[in-house]
Amino acid sequence: MINLRRAFLTGNEAIAEGALVAGCNFYVGYPITPSSEIMHYMARELPKRGGVFFQAEDEIATINIAIGASWGGARVMTATSGPGFSLMQEGIGYAIMTETPLVIVNVMRVGPATGQATKSAQGDLMQARWGRHGDQVAPVLAPESPQECIELVIKAFAISEELRVPVIVLIDEFIAHMREVVEIPSEVRIPIRRRPKDPSETPFGSPDPRVAPPMPPLGEGYYVLVTGSTHNELGYRDTRSFETHFKLAKRLWNKVWLNIDKLFEYEAWGIEDSEIGFVTFGSTSRSVRRACKLLRSKGIKAGYVRLKTLWPLKLDPIVELSEKSRAVIVPELSLGQLVLDVERGIGDSAKIISYGKVGGGEPIYPSELVKLASKVLGK
Amino acid sequence: MPVSIRDIPREEYLVSGHRLCPGCGAGIIMRHLVKAAGKNTIMVVATGCLEVSTTYYPHTAWKIPWIHVAFENAASAASGIEAAIKALKRKGIIDPKKDIKVIAVGGDGGTFDIGFQALSGMLERGHDVLYLVYDNEAYMNTGIQRSGSTPLGAWTTTTPIGKKWRLGEWRPKYRKEMLFVAMAHNIPYYATVNPAYITDMYNKFKKALSIKGPKLIHAFSPCIPGWRMREDLTIQVGRMAVLTGVWVNLEYENGVVRVTTPVPKRKPVKEYLKLQGRFRHLTDEDIALIQKAVDEYVARINKIVGKEVIGPVES
Repeated sequence: MINLRRAFLTGNEAIAEGALVAGCNFYVGYPITPSSEIMHYMARELPKRGGVFFQAEDEIATINIAIGASWGGARVMTATSGPGFSLMQEGIGYAIMTETPLVIVNVMRVGPATGQATKSAQGDLMQARWGRHGDQVAPVLAPESPQECIELVIKAFAISEELRVPVIVLIDEFIAHMREVVEIPSEVRIPIRRRPKDPSETPFGSPDPRVAPPMPPLGEGYYVLVTGSTHNELGYRDTRSFETHFKLAKRLWNKVWLNIDKLFEYEAWGIEDSEIGFVTFGSTSRSVRRACKLLRSKGIKAGYVRLKTLWPLKLDPIVELSEKSRAVIVPELSLGQLVLDVERGIGDSAKIISYGKVGGGEPIYPSELVKLASKVLGK
Repeated sequence: MPVSIRDIPREEYLVSGHRLCPGCGAGIIMRHLVKAAGKNTIMVVATGCLEVSTTYYPHTAWKIPWIHVAFENAASAASGIEAAIKALKRKGIIDPKKDIKVIAVGGDGGTFDIGFQALSGMLERGHDVLYLVYDNEAYMNTGIQRSGSTPLGAWTTTTPIGKKWRLGEWRPKYRKEMLFVAMAHNIPYYATVNPAYITDMYNKFKKALSIKGPKLIHAFSPCIPGWRMREDLTIQVGRMAVLTGVWVNLEYENGVVRVTTPVPKRKPVKEYLKLQGRFRHLTDEDIALIQKAVDEYVARINKIVGKEVIGPVES
């Protein structure tokens, strides 16, 4: 029986709490604003529950310690923010290539470079998807509230363990530091990492592209070879042939993309009859929701699509939204990144308006969106 | 060489109006460093308290050119600047006789941990740069997390105090010792400085800046909020660190280590610990363990110097 426990937590604390519920037993991190509270929470709580809390000397070490711990058999999470996330990219690519399950939380702040360390932004969307070199794909989830932080971190662990893939949870500083009542489940079911039953089951090859190969933990007797170089299904390096690389790259790609039905989640509201639509994610969606209600009360039919999964992405809900709408507004705490997906999805079937605003911890206010929507519709 | 505080020049290059905490050790250190360097100086500062507090919008407290790069690479950026100036001097674009000092500054996080690789590269390649680490013994700018320099037993937000205190388990030895890092890189000059000994500190800055090649200075920098101490105790804590042997003022030059503040009779380490709230949770057994670690450290320094410059604990 699953009991729910109520608590009053910030987004950062909710991330940590969600990870603990999901059975995270290894946290490694390096302090960085505005994600440090996740680390503080884990430093206090994880050792009490028999887990390992680990502080590294920088983010490059952090991500590689996480990879090592995951291969050692632990359920691992790390959290960081923009500059640290940039340093982690090489390691994330390695984790994708070696099919290493782990969860990476990126609390977005204003960038590039040091930017505004304490201020909220949503500018890491494209980096979360495409920050690594080469052909690669890692799922990206985006909660909008502390409650959803818990839910999506649990989902992130489930995906990463099942598909043997690093999963990125993208929140922004507003969510990280907003405090709300949350309900924490007493237990959740996370898939147990599959181990090879016999030598015919290869650690880096799978007959069904949708299923991850079994993962032999290091130190239990398997002569497993783990490498970031191109490798065949046994893990042996092949840095020359076209076939081996193409097969591996395709399989890693398909493993995520063919599971899109399982991974992709969104929320739609009022899209059946909307004349003005919004596409949004993360903290901005809270303003969008309010704006839509205000617009409806003024007699303007507004609707929105909120993406809970940012990658892999299905364009269908955005297309559906655009079918009725005369215009689609994409408000973001960046100069416009999600808008590129909307453009890709609906072309010129509706007018697309990018509403980017970033810096100084300024949110996008519902009133701004109401005004913009009214102006666009000429009402 | 100035012998008293009156001989230190009056010109200021780090001026008032910065937002460092009252009693901050780093402010005293940096003010004297740039006094010693003079106006033909380029400052490279890593991310940290000093960076954010001295360049608060819409002001700067620096009267010299100043560049902040990322957290991990003050030493790298300084290397680039120094190499570029050297090349421009060689081509005659900059007057070869012009004496331009390049100083890189990082906190202990930016030096002992994330910036260690960059520092090692800079020292190894032999750039004519003075690197100063102001060591407040934790990540104070991001919220008091432990660093590679956090001393045995100190509270931080990532080493919280629990029911089962595992002192000595998580860190069997004393902190990462920069003296040995300097020796390993075979650099011409290394020194430790302490704001409680201003003239000693100033003289070491002057000497370091007169030497060509890579120089490393390790500065003891009390932190009021991070060390949970009173803001009028900075100098007292600094002095007590030296008198208890927790900190040794020394310099390493031409392969020889010299202690500049000998302490014939040490005070018990408790005298230092009790001034700071970060050590409040320690039991007598914990303090005995820390005393043992300090004894070992002092013995190690005495052995390198070749005679007993830091004496036994007075009873």
